[in-house]
Amino acid sequence: MTDSLSPLAARNATLGYGRVAISEGLDVDIPEGEFTVILGPNACGKSTLLKALARMLKPSAGQVLLDGKDIHSQPTRAVARRLGLLPQSPIAPDGITVADLVARGRYPHQGILRQWSAEDEKVVAEAMAATDVTELASRGVDELSGGQRQRVWIAMVLAQQTPLLLLDEPTTYLDITHQIEVLDLCAKLHREGQTLVAVLHDLNQAARYATHLIAMRDGAIVAEGAPVEILTAATVEKIFDLPCRIIDDPETGTPLVIPRAGPRDL
Amino acid sequence: MTTVSPVAPAPAATDGARPTSRRAWGLLVLAGVIAVLAVLSIAVGSRAMGLGEVWTGLTDPASDAHTVVTQMRLPRTALGLAAGAALGLAGALMQAMTRNPLADPGLLGVNTGAAAAVVTAAYFFGFASFTQTIGFAFAGAAIAAVGCYLIAGAASATPARLALAGAAVTAAGYAYVSAVQILDAATLEQMRFWSVGSLVNAPTTPVLPVVILIAVAAIAGLVLARPLNALALGDATATGLGVDPRVLRVAGIAAITVLAGTATAVCGPIVFVGLVVPHVVRAFTGPDQNWVLPYSALTGAAFLLAADVLGRVIARPAEVQVGIVCAVAGGPFFLYLISRRRVASL
Repeated sequence: MTDSLSPLAARNATLGYGRVAISEGLDVDIPEGEFTVILGPNACGKSTLLKALARMLKPSAGQVLLDGKDIHSQPTRAVARRLGLLPQSPIAPDGITVADLVARGRYPHQGILRQWSAEDEKVVAEAMAATDVTELASRGVDELSGGQRQRVWIAMVLAQQTPLLLLDEPTTYLDITHQIEVLDLCAKLHREGQTLVAVLHDLNQAARYATHLIAMRDGAIVAEGAPVEILTAATVEKIFDLPCRIIDDPETGTPLVIPRAGPRDL
Repeated sequence: MTTVSPVAPAPAATDGARPTSRRAWGLLVLAGVIAVLAVLSIAVGSRAMGLGEVWTGLTDPASDAHTVVTQMRLPRTALGLAAGAALGLAGALMQAMTRNPLADPGLLGVNTGAAAAVVTAAYFFGFASFTQTIGFAFAGAAIAAVGCYLIAGAASATPARLALAGAAVTAAGYAYVSAVQILDAATLEQMRFWSVGSLVNAPTTPVLPVVILIAVAAIAGLVLARPLNALALGDATATGLGVDPRVLRVAGIAAITVLAGTATAVCGPIVFVGLVVPHVVRAFTGPDQNWVLPYSALTGAAFLLAADVLGRVIARPAEVQVGIVCAVAGGPFFLYLISRRRVASL
């Protein structure tokens, strides 16, 4: 895949914190129009990669390219009109209402002279409708359930109106019902043409929802491609050191990873 | 953006519980309160005046009241309003920037920095003139704020590191101030009035430069409202929205230093205004900085002026320093705040 096809890419990037390098010489392409999921064991560098793609972490060598240009050479507000980010634990100010929080997603489209407009109003209403939180508009964010709150945050990044959407472990603090609810919402956005990149922990959820997988281990990319193609017993064992069988998900036909029973369980 | 079916315009952005019109009217009411307080501040003092006398004092250069009004009460009122607005706004900026509801400008070491500089000037150079003291106090405030920022790790400063650095600088500064004052009784005497916070020196203060300095910094501070709204969602979310938290913190610290530094230089360390005012304001306006910041400036101005007028009335013919009135009124409120169910997180 060439740069012109990929809206977001890393080229020969060395990523890390301080002098500790987590990934070296990383090459990644985020395909347009796909729901990309980055997965791998703890500390494999998947969140670090997402942070680098979201320009929160500057590569110590190499580049992250947004639309073919170094992301750090572009004004951060201009980047914010191309790429939205939902971090792992965003903070909702005390007493803020759903509508006010979603409206804050309009920040990169506003300026000192360009105040709140009818266009902003319309986009915010659409973002709330798309995430099914319109009825909650005047509610306080702190009164909501975990799943509702996560949908409100997604509405906030949708109001940012970016062709690219990056989600850092969007299901982490949610119970299973709300995890599925959030992933269904992501799948819906993907069907409607949104390019998504998410870090997920759950292999089977990744297999079911992703259209493109990036599997990492020890800071390097081990496998990349459609879940059906790359999720084999051999790859899973290579990534997670987990002996397993792969069967077809009876609901969707996507790969379902079944860990092998250990001697203790027999 | 995704394609979605058209929806009826939801009450987005104008949050239902706090309609914009209510908050706009509140500003008008606040302006009215300030006008009344300003008139009171000119009329009340060791020599009380009627409204008619205030008017002739303002307009007729030949009248008896003219000197008192234009040379003493008017500058004092202007300084009280400017310092109060500066402290209220600096407090709101500080709390927004650190996402810490208990932060106040003193946390950047501004107060102690100013005090340390004044004590140094008084002890080593024997400066007595108030104008010279102002210069030293302002320099001290600026040095302390920049010092805090550097100790907190400069560009990598986080809210928690800023708070810790501020606490350390404040502790060291107070130790130094106390040491010098214990060593030298004359310095203690000279600093006594400055260090409780007072507007009595207003007639000899260069009012116009002070007001202009505060006005410029206030405008710079108010412009930060929108990026601060983004920062309120966390550093990561703010970055995603196109705000560079490091740049924003530098701008915020600069505005706070000029605001709080000027106010402290002119009237000494006045505590609790910067801490309490934004709390009261947020209870009415909600968390939107576009409202919190201007409200905090106006409420701070009203609060400080009211405290000053009160201080002139309660112990007539003597005066109670405005800093003491603020602390007496603000202290119990602060205790109430921290004893309440939980302190609002930002």
